[in-house]
Amino acid sequence: MELFENIIAHYNHWVTIFLMVAGLYIVVARGNMVKKLVGLSLFQTSVYLLYLTPGKILGGTPPILDPNFAVYSNPLPHVLMLTAIVVGVATLALGLALVVRINEAYGTIEEDEIFADGEGGE
Amino acid sequence: MIENLPALQIVIPLLGAVLCALVRHGGIAWAISTLVSWMMPVVAGLILAQVLSDGAISYAMGGWAPPFGIEFRIDAANGFVLLLISVVGAVIMPYARRSVGAEISRRNQAWFYTMYLLCLCGLLGVSITGDAFNAFVFLEVSSLSTYALIALGKDRRALLAAYQYLIMGTIGATLYVIGVGLLYTMTGSLNFVDVAARIADMETTRPILAAIAFIMVGLSLKLALFPLHVWLPNAYAYAPSLATAFLAATATKVAVYLMLRFLFTVFGLHATFENLPLTEIFLALSIAAMFGASIVAIFQENVKRMLAYSSVAQIGYITLGIALANQTGLTGGIVHLFNHAMMKGALFLVLGAVAFRLGTVKIEELAGLGRRMPVTMGAFVVAGLSIIGTPGTAGFISKWYLAVGALEQGMWWLVFLLVASSLLSVVYIGRVVEVVWFRPLSEKAEGAREMPLDMLVPTLILVAATVYFGIDTSLTADIASSAASALLEGVK
Amino acid sequence: MSMEFLIILCLVIPAVGAVLIALAHKVPNLREAVTLGTAGVLLVAVLSVLDAVLKGVRPEVSLLEILPGIEIAFSVEPLGMMFAVIASGLWIVNSVYSIGYMRGNNEPRQTPFYMCFAVAISSTIGIAFAENLFTLFLFYEVLTLSTYPLVTHKGNAAARAGGRVYLLLLLGTSMLLLLPAIMITWVSTGTMDFTAGGILNGKVDDVTVALLLMLYAFGIGKAALMPIHFWLPSAMVAPTPVSALLHAVAVVKAGVFSVLKVVIYIFGIDLLTRTGASEWLVYVAGATIVIASLVALSKDNLKARLAYSTVSQLSYVVLGAALANSWGILGGGMQITMHAVGKITLFFCAGAIYTAAHKTEVSELSGLGRVMPFTFGAFLIGALSIIGLPPMGGVWSKWYLALGALDAEQVLLVAVLMVSSLLNVAYLLPIPFKGFFGAAPEGSSDEKIREAPLPCLIAIGATSVGCVLLFLFPEPVFDLLSMIDLR
Repeated sequence: MELFENIIAHYNHWVTIFLMVAGLYIVVARGNMVKKLVGLSLFQTSVYLLYLTPGKILGGTPPILDPNFAVYSNPLPHVLMLTAIVVGVATLALGLALVVRINEAYGTIEEDEIFADGEGGE
Repeated sequence: MIENLPALQIVIPLLGAVLCALVRHGGIAWAISTLVSWMMPVVAGLILAQVLSDGAISYAMGGWAPPFGIEFRIDAANGFVLLLISVVGAVIMPYARRSVGAEISRRNQAWFYTMYLLCLCGLLGVSITGDAFNAFVFLEVSSLSTYALIALGKDRRALLAAYQYLIMGTIGATLYVIGVGLLYTMTGSLNFVDVAARIADMETTRPILAAIAFIMVGLSLKLALFPLHVWLPNAYAYAPSLATAFLAATATKVAVYLMLRFLFTVFGLHATFENLPLTEIFLALSIAAMFGASIVAIFQENVKRMLAYSSVAQIGYITLGIALANQTGLTGGIVHLFNHAMMKGALFLVLGAVAFRLGTVKIEELAGLGRRMPVTMGAFVVAGLSIIGTPGTAGFISKWYLAVGALEQGMWWLVFLLVASSLLSVVYIGRVVEVVWFRPLSEKAEGAREMPLDMLVPTLILVAATVYFGIDTSLTADIASSAASALLEGVK
Repeated sequence: MSMEFLIILCLVIPAVGAVLIALAHKVPNLREAVTLGTAGVLLVAVLSVLDAVLKGVRPEVSLLEILPGIEIAFSVEPLGMMFAVIASGLWIVNSVYSIGYMRGNNEPRQTPFYMCFAVAISSTIGIAFAENLFTLFLFYEVLTLSTYPLVTHKGNAAARAGGRVYLLLLLGTSMLLLLPAIMITWVSTGTMDFTAGGILNGKVDDVTVALLLMLYAFGIGKAALMPIHFWLPSAMVAPTPVSALLHAVAVVKAGVFSVLKVVIYIFGIDLLTRTGASEWLVYVAGATIVIASLVALSKDNLKARLAYSTVSQLSYVVLGAALANSWGILGGGMQITMHAVGKITLFFCAGAIYTAAHKTEVSELSGLGRVMPFTFGAFLIGALSIIGLPPMGGVWSKWYLALGALDAEQVLLVAVLMVSSLLNVAYLLPIPFKGFFGAAPEGSSDEKIREAPLPCLIAIGATSVGCVLLFLFPEPVFDLLSMIDLR
């Protein structure tokens, strides 16, 4: 019972872990380069939850100084995640740009078709 | 001015990158990058001198006091890394003009320099910062620019290599940031020193152990620790020559530094090496790298790829120093970080010159090239000897420290493995030397000439450094030794 | 001129010579003059050091400290002095010979050849004068690397394959066994200096002593102890002057010299006698002597036969070291000199035969002695010296080695020495006899064959006279070696 409560109480982490693993799975399992990037993006997004959810304090207000409120949510994770979102977007943009170029150079974005002729190695 | 040096280390390359992007002209961008790259060693040298005389420097970025503001914190360890990156950048820039001119289309040259400067900025940032999340941001600045640098390679396979690296690198960075998140959740701080102070009474809790694991795996991907190295050979093989030389000399080294910082300063020997089987893991992976990657290197036809595999093996030596985790061994690891940067940088510059003259780095096309480019190929031999670790070269110093460190830990068998793996490098370096000097000229090599002077000089500087630091170790080994003590002190 | 400066000079002269040779590459005559001049100046410098050493001075100089306690330093002691004199003295003779040989055979790439040669000599001097293990190791590796291009000089597939074996085996053993041995020595004693009486005594247990000796004995691959002797026959693809000086004198002698030096100054003969750690080495060396002689007997290629003869003769020196008594050390040291002069003569003759008649196999030499009497006469003298028969110098080293074996109560070894001498007779003497008395093969064109070019003959003459002189006047060598401080 305690275990069950424990699981319920940390449901935010379960969501995080689900997104994380799902994203990683897509990266590994999909051969389509755009889909891989979608997975990668999902994987990165899960981190936002990891940071943000523990920062929320039940009953806390947004961190704006006001003499009427004493309990604030932690503002720092939001700031950090803004940066992380920027990084994530940049990665996604660069990744998609690369996929466009790969499509121009190879005429496909399916990994198995590209690697079929031994392009990956020698 | 002098107290703002740490900020300059980041700001100058960043501004340079913006300027390069604005001018859109290859020649001017080159001039800007050269100027920036030449300023960096001065700044880094001044910082390091200050650190060595007065102890660690703490600089509050933007005036926000640590631990909440971002702190730039420099001790002997990262002062050394800063100097290393800056010097490599400064030395290779004169080489860049012709090499980049030949390998990258006119339209893209300014972008190349932009990316190069961003990468430089990111690498310096990772080394200088005292904040775990800030390190992530700089890591990604350098990584993203690296992906772009690699994608600029002439061969279309460069695109694939860049894409693969992007996937792997991003997974690594995300794992790292997950670890940092766990750490933050537990300690409420991101500042290395602050976290280290708060972690003491919770170092065996599961989230902290998980954080260590995430961060280690994430960084291992970035530093290409065997078997997480698969992105590296293609990336180095197909990137533009200059980018390969720069990245091989610096990028993985910075990731190694960050790992050292976490292991020793943040978590401390106690938390990591006693609660987790890190010694065993690093030892096993390092040895696997030293042998596995060296053996693969022997069978490569593309010399650039061969050296990339050699890099994976050499990273094994560095992580071996981490695994030994004693003063001598760690000194060996850190000094190898520096020495390997010099020798691999030199080797890749030589290959860049070969690509410049021949347009290929396939081993059979290089036959007899020693007769057409004797100085260049002589440089290859000397730097190669350093990879092998012959006495009188920098490589010997690293291996000496590592072996003595192993003996001090009572691991005499490790000494034999160490020298046995060096023997493998005799094979792959020797193979190239034999083809280049003792085979009849190939058709392509027939018309080759010595590389131009502005490319030759940087190459020779790095080669001279590999010899010089094998004979006079007062700079490298001494600083590495104090860096090792600085890191090990974090433990107590 | 201070002694310190003189020592440095001995190292620098050949190195500078190498640079000058490179500069003079357009004018072959000037280039050869530079080689000869360098060799002459070097000999003068070495002899001035010898003069001081004979007076009891032990000059030392420390060049630079690489790591705390690890420095490149030189100090001259009698054994190293003797080695330096041999190497520099024979370099002159060999240079004269090289000129005749290289021109007579129209060898390509002569400038790199002379350059590498000079570098090899420089590193040999470095080995001879090394003050500590690190310096020795440094120059040992430089010697390997600088001789590798000489072995692959011809540039054909066979030369490349030979070079590969040469490099891998010599670098391999030195890195795999010698370097760890040095490291273990360093970690357990805290020093690497060659010290009279040894440094290991009391610092490591008896088992480690035995293990270390094993690492040193096989790690110094240049000593060509079986089974690490393959590199020597494969190095025979090199031009003959290389085989003559490097693979009969500098390289292999650097190996056995290092073994002697390690035994005397790292282990100390007292330690070895007390622990009996060198007992096994006596047998391995004895076995190498006999087996290599037997293999030599079966070789028809002249240079291969001489190479195996060298393997066998080198183990005499190792044997002397392994006996770990003063007679053994004396005999081993003498053998370095005697064998050097004898074997270089034999190689010179082999090269002269190749240059003049283009013959490489023993079976082709019938009757050739009648058209090349000088060469075959010299071969006979050299062979007698190797066998150890009077009136040639080789007799002395065998004599002292036998005394050492008796002193160590190893009667079996005396028998080994005698058997080996008989085998030497069996594989060396047929060559000159066949040359002088064998019937020339039918339809041969031997009439057209003349003696080798004059420079070759001068060199051959000089070394054969040396063999005789060393029999008549062995005292200088003896005196020098008696000055070794064995404690």
